[in-house]
Amino acid sequence: MSARYRCGTGERGGQMINDLRCEEVIEKLLDYLDRELDSETEQALANHMETCRACYSRAEFERRLRARINEAGRAAAPDSLRHRVRALVERY
Amino acid sequence: MSRNGGLGFERPGRHGAFTMTSSGGDNWQTCPPREFFEVQAERLMDRLYGTALRLTREQADAEDLVAETFAKAWARLESLEDRQSFEKWIFRILVNTFISAQRREKARPKEVLAEEDAPPGEFSLFEKMHQPFLLWWGNPEQRLLDKLLREDIESALDTLPETFRLVIVMVEFWGFSYAEAADTLGLPVGTVRSRLSRGRSLMQHALWEQACQLGIAAGPEKGAAK
Ligand SMILES: [Zn+2]
Repeated sequence: MSARYRCGTGERGGQMINDLRCEEVIEKLLDYLDRELDSETEQALANHMETCRACYSRAEFERRLRARINEAGRAAAPDSLRHRVRALVERY
Repeated sequence: MSRNGGLGFERPGRHGAFTMTSSGGDNWQTCPPREFFEVQAERLMDRLYGTALRLTREQADAEDLVAETFAKAWARLESLEDRQSFEKWIFRILVNTFISAQRREKARPKEVLAEEDAPPGEFSLFEKMHQPFLLWWGNPEQRLLDKLLREDIESALDTLPETFRLVIVMVEFWGFSYAEAADTLGLPVGTVRSRLSRGRSLMQHALWEQACQLGIAAGPEKGAAK
């Protein structure tokens, strides 16, 4: 299946760019963002997204959402915790 | 991190003597254990505490969890073969300490039930924000990201069953690969992948509900479960 179609609507469907359907890209998107794909598949998705605005926008959204979620993974530790850790190290 | 002047150890300023990056120089590979530990503790304190807060959802419990983690790490530091892997090593200690505490507190079957209760299938916030009746707003998904507050994200995370929260925290906060997360949790990689997928789905659903309440998204499904 080497036919290539334009993909402009963002609908999940049969459009094909760089030998990948948008549907397949979306299906693999989280693995792609987690860097869990083999390098060949990863490259195929990257190529697809270079020319498919719909999939690119979706990947960008997921990336930005992750960045926001990551903010919640950091919180100012209370002084009491720092004191406990300091005491721990000084004890031995 | 300098908010509290670091951990307050003596000899202030020496932390600048070497930088703790994953590709750091030789001196932190060979410096005395205590010095190494102090610098790492300071560097990772807020991330470990933030992670512990999301896992325990209680400030006092989070503080205890991080303190216990550091105590174990300090006691076992000599067993750490490669100092470059300190970050993931101490995070694994935190996860295992958390899981052991949970096991002591409650029976596991409850957790399994929580997992089974989760709706199957995928929920995509992006797709929801792209419904035709919303498109006149221009870029609704960016608007959503701009409007969501940290506390919205925290509460969306907090609604997840523990098993899902754990894998999200491991992969998203700490950059674990699925295989590393599976290894730490003693689970097959496929289970990690499916928990991650369902956890993210649930989280995006929770964020969608927040978006509806904020008026960023509105529609026939407002407030309704998928
Ligand atoms: Zn596409």
